[in-house]
Amino acid sequence: MAVGLEHYLALAAILFTLGILGIFLNRKNVIIILMSVELMLLAVNINLVAFSAELGDLVGQVFAMFVLTVAAAEAAIGLAILVVFFRNRSSIAVEDISTMKG
Amino acid sequence: MILQALAFYLFAAILLVSAVVVISARNPVHSVLCLILAFFNAAALFVLVGAEFLAMILVIVYVGAVAVLFLFVVMMLDIDHAEMRQGFLNYLPIGALVGLVLLVELVIVAGLWQYEPAMAAGLAQPVPPLDVRSNTAAIGDVLYTRYALLFQAAGIILLIAMIGAIVLTLRHRQIKRQRIGDQVRRRPEDVIRLHDARSGEGV
Repeated sequence: MAVGLEHYLALAAILFTLGILGIFLNRKNVIIILMSVELMLLAVNINLVAFSAELGDLVGQVFAMFVLTVAAAEAAIGLAILVVFFRNRSSIAVEDISTMKG
Repeated sequence: MILQALAFYLFAAILLVSAVVVISARNPVHSVLCLILAFFNAAALFVLVGAEFLAMILVIVYVGAVAVLFLFVVMMLDIDHAEMRQGFLNYLPIGALVGLVLLVELVIVAGLWQYEPAMAAGLAQPVPPLDVRSNTAAIGDVLYTRYALLFQAAGIILLIAMIGAIVLTLRHRQIKRQRIGDQVRRRPEDVIRLHDARSGEGV
């Protein structure tokens, strides 16, 4: 690696924090929240790949691939639920999703 | 070496800027486009550390499938985007607080962490030199042997996600179809009634 592992860790930490911030800020739009989750998973992948390159261990990249798989499945299911919800309620704001609230 | 470092800083900067735009853009379409840009830059970072296969998978799966799926959904749902922005600033203080705490914690962990001394000796699967085995072939070597079961489990997860998405979004419309059995079984005495209609009174 050209730059140290710390640079990659810092980058992933900032990216993960941006994802958290996105979830907090966009309470009206579930699509942006799903995108923020994708950003957080991307940060996790960057961490895995950086450690894999630093240690010279291939398993980190294999595991990053599994994370990628789960992220793709999560996006597909999440967007499907979103489409069904929008069909029923014509809204995607988080505040409106309160049917199951006790 | 210096060129690689410069490339890292360039890609990292674009990645972070596009991530900021993703969470703060007014128009969700801009968010999706910046998400695509972020994924491209992450793929470039993966290439920099020598994980070419993952970089290509990231471009194909994320940019080619997931981001386009997001784009479809954003354009399909008829949403008032101006209304979406209301309350954006309400959550800014608590969000910034949580984000700050998390960032500080992550920086502390990243700063104070160190390797277990026995770690370097116990690698699960050392990366072979590039002139012996390419990155893709090396991943294939380990993925299809040691992690074959996990690989199949990942395939099942994708299959379940596909079935789930179809089941969730499939809408059963009432379509009139020709049913030949019903037509053949239909008898005149079941469906025809004869009335004596007198003139001037109706049935």
